[in-house]
Amino acid sequence: MAVYNIKKSRKRPNIKHNYIKWIVDNLFSTPLNVAITFLILLSFIVIVPPFINWAIIDATFIGDTKADCIGDGACWIFIKNKLYMFIYGLYPQNEAYRLNISFILFFVYLGVVKYIIKILYKKLILFFVYMVVSYILIFGGYFGLESIDTSKLGGLVLTLIIATTSIITSFPFGIILAFARQSKLLVVKNLSILYIEFIRGVPLITLLFMGSVMLPLFFPEGIDFNKLLRALIIISLFQSAYIAEVIRGGLQSISKGQYEASYAFGLSYWQTMLLVILPQALKVSIPNLVGASIALFKDTSLVLIIGLFDLLAMVHLSNSDSAWLGHDIEGYVFVTFIYWFFCYMLSKYSKTLEKRFNTDNN
Amino acid sequence: MKILNNKKFRDILSQLLVVVGLVFFLWYITTNLLYNIDKRGITTGFDFFFDTAGFAISESFISYDDTSTYFRAFLVGLVNTLVVSFIGIIFATILGIIVGISRLSKNYLVAKLSLFYIEFFRNIPILLQILFWYNVVLASLPSPRQSINIVSIFFLNNRGFYLPTINFNGGFYLFLISLLVGFIVIYFLLKYYKKRLWYINISIIVLLPLIVYNLTSYSVSFDIPILKGFNLQGGTSISPEFLALTFALSIYTATYIAEAIRSGIQAIPKGQIEAGYSLGFSSSDIIKLIILPQAFRISIPPIISQYLNLLKNSSLATAIGYPDLVTVFSGIVLNQTGQAIEIIFITMLVYLTISLTISFILNIINKKIEIKGR
Repeated sequence: MAVYNIKKSRKRPNIKHNYIKWIVDNLFSTPLNVAITFLILLSFIVIVPPFINWAIIDATFIGDTKADCIGDGACWIFIKNKLYMFIYGLYPQNEAYRLNISFILFFVYLGVVKYIIKILYKKLILFFVYMVVSYILIFGGYFGLESIDTSKLGGLVLTLIIATTSIITSFPFGIILAFARQSKLLVVKNLSILYIEFIRGVPLITLLFMGSVMLPLFFPEGIDFNKLLRALIIISLFQSAYIAEVIRGGLQSISKGQYEASYAFGLSYWQTMLLVILPQALKVSIPNLVGASIALFKDTSLVLIIGLFDLLAMVHLSNSDSAWLGHDIEGYVFVTFIYWFFCYMLSKYSKTLEKRFNTDNN
Repeated sequence: MKILNNKKFRDILSQLLVVVGLVFFLWYITTNLLYNIDKRGITTGFDFFFDTAGFAISESFISYDDTSTYFRAFLVGLVNTLVVSFIGIIFATILGIIVGISRLSKNYLVAKLSLFYIEFFRNIPILLQILFWYNVVLASLPSPRQSINIVSIFFLNNRGFYLPTINFNGGFYLFLISLLVGFIVIYFLLKYYKKRLWYINISIIVLLPLIVYNLTSYSVSFDIPILKGFNLQGGTSISPEFLALTFALSIYTATYIAEAIRSGIQAIPKGQIEAGYSLGFSSSDIIKLIILPQAFRISIPPIISQYLNLLKNSSLATAIGYPDLVTVFSGIVLNQTGQAIEIIFITMLVYLTISLTISFILNIINKKIEIKGR
């Protein structure tokens, strides 16, 4: 009688840890690839070791004065010495705690919004309170705080202030402009198109020049804007046109059925737009909104041309100290790293946001 | 109150309110402007255009000296802006296409290196890059006496890049024209006679210039830069400002172009490639005939907007003193004449016109190459 024996299943082929196969497949698959791989490895050898030598091995880390920098490599003491300037600009040293407090309060606010307050308008009111408090903290003049001129602000703090303020103020303007551009009212629509196309067609630098020479002429005597406020107004107006285009892209992706269904429920235009369309449109446009914010963060460096001392301007300012001449390379590398870090983190953050808000089922 | 609920009435009313608000705003600004202009004694009008400028411009592609008018200075700035943008666009496109395609390479190193390039240069402000190239890289080059020389014809030093010029004497232009005519004839031959008559083609391209050569007399001479004293003489040179600006603009914009190309390529469904293989196409033919034509169609709109960004970013030339439109016109001319309103207005109008023209032309191209729906 035939007996049925269960056969042992074969082992799967062991391909998981085959490094040699991986290397052949990915680096040396064709003669051309072999050549390219060697070319790249060669250029690594030419470029990377000298840079590491300069930045780490030959560099000086310990010491306090320029005299300590004896090696051929980078003089990181310079950065250590000027770190306060790179971060706080010309802000008085013994008042810097005020900037730190307002910076910490921002994270406190984020925590409160995330875990305690859930209602949108309360969040907004609290945010307004935060803005007022940090304004008083930064510029002083009230509650016995020493008043500090806006020209004293500089460095990373100024860059962050300009970036966050413009992103926040341009957001509502951008939404209004996007609504206007989608509107059926011809006058409103064309005005919005005119504004957006004008702003997007000219370089930011000409707008900043306009702000610094023409803005005072537009207002009666006595109303005077300082440089910082001019830059903030111009950059916010500039950014709102870009935000508007991003949100318009989101609005266009919402199907017509959503509008029709909403009207069929008896919602008004504003109810439809704010409760039905906008939340969906914003969700779609999150990656591009973060993209526009990154672009803005990079564009804040342009304010150095109209004479504000932002992070980038600090490279020159810190090098004008006669005790520390000739360290602009270290300055540029350090500033490059900071800008790169912020922009890269933002773009990674947008990827996680994209995943979190992704409600597609497929 | 019933009329307020009428939709037509409400539409007209709200638009009317917007118009009234706008008119009031403009009126407010204009009265203040006129008052301030009057008070500060600022001259107005465009007469200053025909006054003598009286300042020197370090580099210009059209003739200019310090007796030229402000209008001439404006043109110099405009041409400089256009030249630097044009060259930047060419290099950015070449680099962008190479990096965008290598981003999808099967070679691990090539793909990762392209990714690193994109993530690195895209996240650094363009102004920082321009200043870095200008103040660090190009400033640290040796002096003219120790120039880096490339086969003794090209020289690179901290005063710029020196290269030889070609002088055409006599009837050389006729020779060039005959070459051009030869190529045009071949183009049409190839187009209308599907057979490749290569011997006829070659004889046209060789014989026509030869005949012209024998009928006319011409000569070509090269003007090679030579070290004399403390500087190089002869040939032509490209300034460090121009080099820094072109480098920074093309390297920065190439990252965006590369991303546009990559997303264009990735948007092609895999089935198309598989279909290509099953029809017996080679992999290079698949790239050339199936992927790239479709990918470019998708990539062109974002690439157009990157070209426009490059044009607008070229205005950052003012930070390193390259004499572009903003440096010359909104900088020097504005400081000398003090007519801020006219000058800023014209500068903006120029950029706006160029931007709208480029996007208009490229939109037409875009329309032409897009897939025709049935």
